[in-house]
Amino acid sequence: MSAVLLQASGLTMRFGGVTALDALDLVVHEHEILGLLGPNGSGKTTFFNVITGIYAASAGTVQFAGHDLTRSSPQDVYRAGITRTFQRSRLSLPLTVFDNVAIGRTQQFHQGLIFNLLQRKALKLQFDETVGQVHTLLKTFSAGMAEKMWQPAGTLSMIDRRRVEVCRALVSNPRLVLLDEPSAGMTHDETRELMDDILMVRERLSPFTVVIIEHEMGVIQRITQRCVVLNYGKKIAEGSFDEITRHPEVQVAYLGQDAEVPL
Amino acid sequence: MTPLRPTILLNTALVVVFTYLWGLLHAESQLAVGALLLAVPAVLWALRRAGVAEPLAAAARVSPRLLGTGCVLGTLALVAALYDEHFALLLLSSVLLYTVVGLGLNLQFGYAGIVNFAGAAFFGIGSYTAATLATHTALPHLLVLLTGGVVAAVLGSMLIWPVLRTRGHYAALVTIAFGILFRNFLEVNDTLGGPQGLRIPGMTVFGWKLNDHIEIGDTEISFYVNYALLSLALCVAAFVFVRRVERSWLGLSMDMIRTDEVAAATFGVSIARGKVLAFTMGNFLAGLAGAVYGMMTSYVAPNNFTFGDSLILVSIVILGGIGNPWGLLPAAAIVLILPEKFQFIQEYRFLLYAVLVILILLFRPEGLLPRTVRQYFPGRRKGEAP
Repeated sequence: MSAVLLQASGLTMRFGGVTALDALDLVVHEHEILGLLGPNGSGKTTFFNVITGIYAASAGTVQFAGHDLTRSSPQDVYRAGITRTFQRSRLSLPLTVFDNVAIGRTQQFHQGLIFNLLQRKALKLQFDETVGQVHTLLKTFSAGMAEKMWQPAGTLSMIDRRRVEVCRALVSNPRLVLLDEPSAGMTHDETRELMDDILMVRERLSPFTVVIIEHEMGVIQRITQRCVVLNYGKKIAEGSFDEITRHPEVQVAYLGQDAEVPL
Repeated sequence: MTPLRPTILLNTALVVVFTYLWGLLHAESQLAVGALLLAVPAVLWALRRAGVAEPLAAAARVSPRLLGTGCVLGTLALVAALYDEHFALLLLSSVLLYTVVGLGLNLQFGYAGIVNFAGAAFFGIGSYTAATLATHTALPHLLVLLTGGVVAAVLGSMLIWPVLRTRGHYAALVTIAFGILFRNFLEVNDTLGGPQGLRIPGMTVFGWKLNDHIEIGDTEISFYVNYALLSLALCVAAFVFVRRVERSWLGLSMDMIRTDEVAAATFGVSIARGKVLAFTMGNFLAGLAGAVYGMMTSYVAPNNFTFGDSLILVSIVILGGIGNPWGLLPAAAIVLILPEKFQFIQEYRFLLYAVLVILILLFRPEGLLPRTVRQYFPGRRKGEAP
């Protein structure tokens, strides 16, 4: 097994009286695709939000590639090399596809006033480089996407919007990508297409590590190497997809007593 | 289509617009003004029927530089044509200066998403700074103008903490409170003239007194020509400045902050920095314009900087099209010139603004000239926007 990339120890998140994450211990290995499962409200998205600094953990620690990311700002988490997509699309619809993807490279952009206002030639160089990168990534994803680069994101179909979100998460060459239910709001075929795209890009670019939250079991079975199942903010099972589907506690959590997880 | 035709089309449109403006500023009888006003919908309707509207918009998009140069030349011609009409020139200068404030609010509201209902207060800070410095110090007047902007930006930073802590409506409330505080402070403060306000000496630039009439031979040229030219220069500089902010990584960051703070933060954008930059730069522009306006009118009083005036400024931004600097010019012209020309609606000007804003929100929710997608370096590649 390869090196540990992300390690959450005793991670706890309380909202008033509700404990969304309850002393969770979770390890993500470098280069793996980890599925994060669990019924609605089991704390999966909360886990993502705590890792990416949107919520500050009530207790516990997060270690990422040797850095302590516990209670770091979202900006610091991004700079450490973690990006994500959101369950409900969070694109800026009036902005172009280019703008939406390019923001993923914020780290590379000079933000100085003098640079942006007066050194237009240098800015142009950086701009052209970014256009090249965004174009290549969009094209790798699907040929049609590159042609839509200068359209407002609001004019795209649902699946294309998802693609843009994934591109935004990938354009900075992150070490860890958190995908929050990429199939939400899409048909079966569209989901399959999107997953194929992600796997193909991963093969071509770099074997970045993925944690994916997903309710479509077919997707999980196909792309993950390992799964973790949460319920009420606690880890109830861990292992390969086949292992966890046979796990009695998982079956109870999903379907109640005496049932099997449908495939 | 040959490459010449859009250019001709655009030039013709510019000539028509500026001739019309001349007519409107020049006209005195209510009948003439009324006729000119009615001509607008008629002409717009005819243009749409003739199918010229779309190619015209396309021409403006393709050659933004021509549009800019055309507007500057048009304004210069307007100034020349109105050389001895004090009031018309004052009005023209006001439109240009309000456009500068609108550009500032556009940075705050249109890009970073901070609604500022204290625009008139920051404008007033500029005027009061000019009054105080020009009366009591020997600071060169160009530096006085600059200081007006700086003081507005610095006083505005008092609001940064609450503005960063709140969002949307709550941030707007903070600015409303500031505007009201500002005016009350002025009314009770005797050093700053209390309710009577202060006189401001005219501007002198390198020994050239801007408040003296210019005489060439037998013709006397209104001193407002000086201020109209100064306002024009300021307007052009502010326009270029705001455009450059928009067409850079700063503009991208600000747009992200406005549309989705969580997503922006997740991708490394510093929310605080973007908001502070936009807020400070916007207030600087408002203060700068206020300083020029004060020196032009030689007088400043708390009554000029009410909440109502701030609302007028915000309505200019909304009317023009939030986020589009070009929209500010026609919007400022409509909002400032119409009530002055229609004396009988003077009393009802707030009613007019209210009706105007409602009509805009109903029929053109994105304003007269809606914002288009960002072009970082327009005109360099054909066909598409980059």
